[in-house]
Amino acid sequence: MAGSNPNAKPMNLTLKVWRQKNRNSEGKIVDYQVKDISPDMSFLEMLDVLNEDLLHRGEEPVAFDHDCREGICGSCNLFINGRAHGPEKGTTTCQLHMRKFSDGDTITIEPWRANSFPVNKDLSVDRSAFDRIIQAGGYISINTGGTPDANEIPIPKEISDRAFEAATCIGCGACVAACKNASAMLFVSAKVSQLALLPQGHVERKSRVENMVAQMDKEGFGACTNIGSCAAECPVGISLENIAILNREFLAAKATSNNLS
Amino acid sequence: MSWISKTFSSSIGRKIIVAITGLFLCSFLVVHLIGNLQLFKHDDGVAFNIYSHFMGTNPVIRTVEWVLLLGFGFHIYEAWALFSRNRSARSVAYVSNHSEQNSRWQSRNMSLLGTIILVFLLVHLYNFFYRARFGELDPDINNNDDLYTLVVSSFHQWWYVALYVLAQVALCYHLLHGFKSAFQTLGLNHRKYTPAIEVIGYAFSIIVCLGFAIMPLYFFFFTNEQGEPLSAVAPLVDSINLALK
Repeated sequence: MAGSNPNAKPMNLTLKVWRQKNRNSEGKIVDYQVKDISPDMSFLEMLDVLNEDLLHRGEEPVAFDHDCREGICGSCNLFINGRAHGPEKGTTTCQLHMRKFSDGDTITIEPWRANSFPVNKDLSVDRSAFDRIIQAGGYISINTGGTPDANEIPIPKEISDRAFEAATCIGCGACVAACKNASAMLFVSAKVSQLALLPQGHVERKSRVENMVAQMDKEGFGACTNIGSCAAECPVGISLENIAILNREFLAAKATSNNLS
Repeated sequence: MSWISKTFSSSIGRKIIVAITGLFLCSFLVVHLIGNLQLFKHDDGVAFNIYSHFMGTNPVIRTVEWVLLLGFGFHIYEAWALFSRNRSARSVAYVSNHSEQNSRWQSRNMSLLGTIILVFLLVHLYNFFYRARFGELDPDINNNDDLYTLVVSSFHQWWYVALYVLAQVALCYHLLHGFKSAFQTLGLNHRKYTPAIEVIGYAFSIIVCLGFAIMPLYFFFFTNEQGEPLSAVAPLVDSINLALK
């Protein structure tokens, strides 16, 4: 395997995994042993090994969210040893590799914890609250017609770069998970500032921020107190500057929109 | 006017109120600190008592006093509302949570720090403000209420000094987060100015709280029961007094 280290010794680990039957049941931490884990495995592959083991023993495998396993879909979402997506900075759980751990380690694995992200089962949580926030205004509703000519709408490179940075949010929810207040403001601010920076987003600029913030509050997420855990744990590096932009956009919209309710 | 109440009961609206009142309270700290520096004047409290008489009787000051009360009221109420909302957003706690690896302690404990400051504030208001305004203080040589003597005797009680110093440490940490956080909440984040705001916030927190903490410590350790500087520090106090004349 390219990049693998032939001298890397297999590891034996103790896992403390959150097990919860369904949304309404009480969960608890259960201890498991996994043996001969290659340091080249990803964290999710290590869990695959655990699950195969559990299946062989006739036990229920651990449910966890995952899809692309390439760090771009935002599905994987594990709280590992007290950190969203584990100890490595700027990394999703699927891109975290076992070489970051040592033989004999004990690893605690929990789901994202926020009342707005109810646990479906074990480590899998329901993040549809994010979908409803996007549905409240995180889009541009224009009839696109035919393909426009390139550069028909002039956008300075600097602005398009900043909008793109905000657009890289994969919606994994690590910001909510890491935040002491379980606040979704980094997620909401990424979409609001992405669209506020671009001319296409200006038509619905005011209603977008009003509706998205209203939906965010309705979903029961906490309010940001500028702690900064979200940006520190964000796997794609969404910055706190976006939250300042969100606050500005919100205040400007509330002060000037025609919406009286 | 439902849009106004909706704006200021939303999560961001409440944050904005906390930020604006917080910065207003910072301006109050500056005024309070500068005025209180007169405690260090080596004149048996004459200047300090003139100042406190002015603060207690001037109609402009008495009006601003109500604005200050509102500032404190809104700051505390809105912060409490945010705290209870935020606490109910996660009812099952993490088994293992290493938030110290991604954020500062003071940023996560603003409510605790604020509560310590509130307890101090109530004790402080009762001991000085309430007694000066509603109590009976002996007159000084100018026939002003002798608040200075009350300050000096209070600052010779060890538990009172300890409470003051603890409160100033709490206030310092509260400001270390709060000062820059207020600008962020108001959307005032810019790559040119934010680093300066952070430096000013750090300097502000440390200088203001150190200034307040020095007062009880000075009277407890370096003056006698009448507020006269002990002989070891008297030349230093007098030379500073002379230099500032």
